[in-house]
Amino acid sequence: MEPLVIGGRKFNSRLFIGTGKFGAGDIMSRAVRASGTELVTVALRRVELSGGEKDDDLLGRLDSESVLIVPNTSGARTAEEAVRIARLARAAGGYEWVKIEVVPDPDYLLPDGPETLKATEVLAAEGFNVMPYVNADPVLCLRLVEAGAVTVMPLGAPIGTNRGLRTRDMLEIIIEQATIPVVVDAGLGKPSHAADAIEMGADAVLVNTAVATAGDPVGMAQAFARAVSSAELAVDAAPREPRRPAEASSPLTGFLRDDA
Amino acid sequence: MIGLRSTKNTTEDFSEILKQWPIGRVRDFIGRRTSAEAGAAIESLGRTPVDLAALVSPAASGLLEPMAQRSAGLTRRRFGNILQFYAPLYVSNYCRNFCRYCGFNRGADVRRRALTVDEAMADAEYLSSEGFRHILLVSGEDPSRVPPEYFENLITLLCDRFASISIEIYPLDRDGYLRLVDAGADGLTLYQETYDPLVYTRMHPAGPKKDFRSRLRAIECGAAAGMQSLGIGALLGLSSWREEAFYIGMHALYLQRRYWRSHVSVSFPRMRRAAGGIAPQRSVDDSALVQMICALRLILPDAGLVLSTRESARLRDNLLPIGITRLSAASVTEPGGYVGGRRSGTQFEVQDKRSLREMADAVKERGFDPVLKDWDAAYRYDQGVSPQ
Repeated sequence: MEPLVIGGRKFNSRLFIGTGKFGAGDIMSRAVRASGTELVTVALRRVELSGGEKDDDLLGRLDSESVLIVPNTSGARTAEEAVRIARLARAAGGYEWVKIEVVPDPDYLLPDGPETLKATEVLAAEGFNVMPYVNADPVLCLRLVEAGAVTVMPLGAPIGTNRGLRTRDMLEIIIEQATIPVVVDAGLGKPSHAADAIEMGADAVLVNTAVATAGDPVGMAQAFARAVSSAELAVDAAPREPRRPAEASSPLTGFLRDDA
Repeated sequence: MIGLRSTKNTTEDFSEILKQWPIGRVRDFIGRRTSAEAGAAIESLGRTPVDLAALVSPAASGLLEPMAQRSAGLTRRRFGNILQFYAPLYVSNYCRNFCRYCGFNRGADVRRRALTVDEAMADAEYLSSEGFRHILLVSGEDPSRVPPEYFENLITLLCDRFASISIEIYPLDRDGYLRLVDAGADGLTLYQETYDPLVYTRMHPAGPKKDFRSRLRAIECGAAAGMQSLGIGALLGLSSWREEAFYIGMHALYLQRRYWRSHVSVSFPRMRRAAGGIAPQRSVDDSALVQMICALRLILPDAGLVLSTRESARLRDNLLPIGITRLSAASVTEPGGYVGGRRSGTQFEVQDKRSLREMADAVKERGFDPVLKDWDAAYRYDQGVSPQ
């Protein structure tokens, strides 16, 4: 497949890694390296913006030369809060990319569509590369494109559930309609789920829980990387659709021969 | 995944995509498709240029029956057993263009007439009394005879009697369309006639229609102005139908993606010899028409597919189950012709002369439900009801 381009930046890997469920320890940076990813999202609320103590700092353990660090607005419950977090990230750290997460529901952690759209409108107009995390809602995704998002990030299943592409039918529509890259985020529990998403036509996947909570996060990061690249090869190799069983019905074009 | 996506976000308008697909490349691209690719396209319902080209290619000619079965199934699944009717209302046959195939062309020796708003309303009332609720206003390209304000007035008056009002008139800019949308128009039909720029230039030697690209752009102005329904098509017979079908498919996919709030429909006007016009340049036989309808249905499961009274009753009846969703009926293609009798020239010869009632019966006989009203202009206006 051709390299993925989002917001004018080229990515050689279609696997993105979230860090919310990692500690700040060595495991996180090793898993990130093993995944080959070039985009890592980091919750701004976990970042020490004042520059003080670095021991517990996620950023200090990431190589910003090889990976793009995208702050997310995790913790925001309204558009206003998300906008404030993004502006803070830009002011304090110079971040021009932001993943918008507006999650008012503390149980299922599902994103708030209307608030996400509002935040996207504001931040895109301010020149941010906005990556909104949303439910797999095709019309919302179209609206986000119009609002100026650089990608849409629909969920495959509720976050942290490891259940795979439960929103498959909606994801198919989103992918078909999309004019910007589609990153399937949340719910991918196994490498085969990630491969499934890429085979379906998603441009990239974002994984956090499945890697961070695996018995061997570094090994799992590697497994995801291979699943994603093998699915890319498969897409290029143009697989055949499964055949439908034949349907017998009366001919519809017989009238063409009656004329002869 | 390798469809139109990579080009979509950066494209200014459809002519940018056309640049990537010059006619020679398209001809060659279609010619190289295999029947295996056509079979795969029927199975997979893919929407890539390869699928589209395979379905319109000679390689798919032997697969007409499976294409028709799949197309019929898709159409029923998406639209149910419903066929929608509309009537064209010709308001003026004055024209500044020299389209060589058209009975209204400026050089043609036909009686010209532009209806006054009152005369147009008389025809409209006749159509309304016949039962039509969807109407298509048609005129030649001479805004001095029927200026935009004329349509604005007429549409405002028609809103009371018709559920849906579409226009097939000279191109306007976005603001022009916006005024008509505000007046109550919800559909824009604008055929490119041919997607082959050379044939286009040959067929339109003079007049405002001469400019291929500005005509192509107009439908997007209408879409941007909020026209809910966008009708495109090529006049079949001007150029090779396979290439036209490919371009129409690409154009429809593009419009669907870029103007996702609008509904795209495709018409299949086969060229008829008109008074003062030239004969068809390329033949499009019934099998070709069937293949084209099925191919576009497979690529565009959601599109309206429209058949006019240019076609015979027998052919129209046979095409009903295959993929068509909208039909004109009892059409008169001369201004004032519904109530005034024949006083001016026609645009083309109507083949299927059945009345709306006869059409509705024919449709029911084949197990379909005729639908006359499928929209209501009142939805678009503030009815004085607010949530709080």
